[in-house]
Amino acid sequence: MMSWLKEQFGGFTATYRRELGAYFATPMAYVFLAVFLLALGLFTWEASRFFDTGSADLAPFFVWHPWLYMIFLPALAMRLWADERTAGTDELLLSLPLGMPALVLGKLFAAWTVAGVGLALTAPMWVTVNLLGSSDNAAIALTYMVSFLMAGAYLSIGAAISALTGSQVTAFVISVVIAFVFTAAGWPLVLSGVQSVFGTGTAELVASFSFLTQFEGAQRGVLELRAVVFFLGFTAFWTVLNGLWAARQRLG
Amino acid sequence: MLDIQRLEKSFGAKHAVRGVSFRLEKGTVLGFLGPNGAGKSTTMRMIAGVLEPDGGDALIDGKSILTDRREAQRALGYLPEGAPLYEDMTPPEFLVFMASARGMKGAARKDGVERAIADARISTVCDQRIGSLSKGYRRRVGLAGAILHDPPVLLLDEPTDGLDPNQKRAVRALIARMAPNKAILISTHTLTEVPAMCTRAIVIDRGIVVADDTPDTLVKRSEDGTLEGAFMRLTDQAEAETA
Repeated sequence: MMSWLKEQFGGFTATYRRELGAYFATPMAYVFLAVFLLALGLFTWEASRFFDTGSADLAPFFVWHPWLYMIFLPALAMRLWADERTAGTDELLLSLPLGMPALVLGKLFAAWTVAGVGLALTAPMWVTVNLLGSSDNAAIALTYMVSFLMAGAYLSIGAAISALTGSQVTAFVISVVIAFVFTAAGWPLVLSGVQSVFGTGTAELVASFSFLTQFEGAQRGVLELRAVVFFLGFTAFWTVLNGLWAARQRLG
Repeated sequence: MLDIQRLEKSFGAKHAVRGVSFRLEKGTVLGFLGPNGAGKSTTMRMIAGVLEPDGGDALIDGKSILTDRREAQRALGYLPEGAPLYEDMTPPEFLVFMASARGMKGAARKDGVERAIADARISTVCDQRIGSLSKGYRRRVGLAGAILHDPPVLLLDEPTDGLDPNQKRAVRALIARMAPNKAILISTHTLTEVPAMCTRAIVIDRGIVVADDTPDTLVKRSEDGTLEGAFMRLTDQAEAETA
């Protein structure tokens, strides 16, 4: 059992380090972080009127997370496998004695780390609300945590599609569409439409697969086990697909 | 050291490799020759565990690439066609990644990387990113990556393709230095290099082995006394037979 695990996950650290290095060796990670933070700031202040809400919480900030992740995280994940195929380095990678789980998770966790850095760099917002009034810091920490889990779920879509298509642009477009479906499924506009056509039961089912709905509780500072399980399960599902699609390369 | 048993591979309707078999012992440098599209790279990719064969098996140092893939891959150094590399890394970063991916740690990894850098003569470009290196240096970085764990079997797909004469000679010298302790399979379509580099040559055409001999004997079988003549005769023959 132990040796089997070692075989499957051997090379995880090497893959993770290589991928993380690749993000920071090129302007990729810096551009991503800068634009992501800019967009998040813009939406929080301009669209949500952060200072006008009159309460010392980060609700006007967290509400944008699913929507921004939907666009930005596929951009972060699109290179993970497609880039290897373009450069021909997948050939090198497949000739190494690595386990597929090590490769898939090493790549996903590297992208997830960059997303985590982006999230960590929003800390000044957290500091600001504390300066403005007494805020519920435990609730904010929890929302951050669930947001980080949600980022992994978005990334897992992008990584899997990158392995499927082998082209960065195609991977980005398809990933954004899929991410949009799973985000917008919880949008009241979509839900009322579904409800009028298929009934309340179907609408509830659709909503339960939506990132918006799953993130809602966490936004209010409530820890819902259901949401945590959903995001982790969703990530696991796409990670398995990612492994299958990447292994398909061996068949020629 | 390397035992290839009836390897088969089809891509859709194209039967690329049709039952290729041969054995390779330590100390042999085998030239793997054939026209473009003959199945050289496909065969090498199957041996390297990159491509799953439709039939047959390859034993590397006694380990099957099908049932014991990772162990077989540990005993193998592989330079893919065109030497693809991670361009954003420097040569030492790349080599450390390759060594770590092969499970090498600490002093063993450090020694392996240093030895590969010395053997491939790339110490002068260690501070540059691979993306900015010339073709000759990139090929040598790829070679360094293939030899850094000192594998008993080496698989080099067109290692001298696109290099200038000096670079070719450097690569040939490196191969000659390693030859006594390894089984080396080199694919090439530059026939002039074969007598200088290889102790044995296999000619493959349309997925079938059409000749397996020493370069000298192959030359004797030609009409005009050149390897090129032998190569043309062999591959034409196969063409006539399959037509």
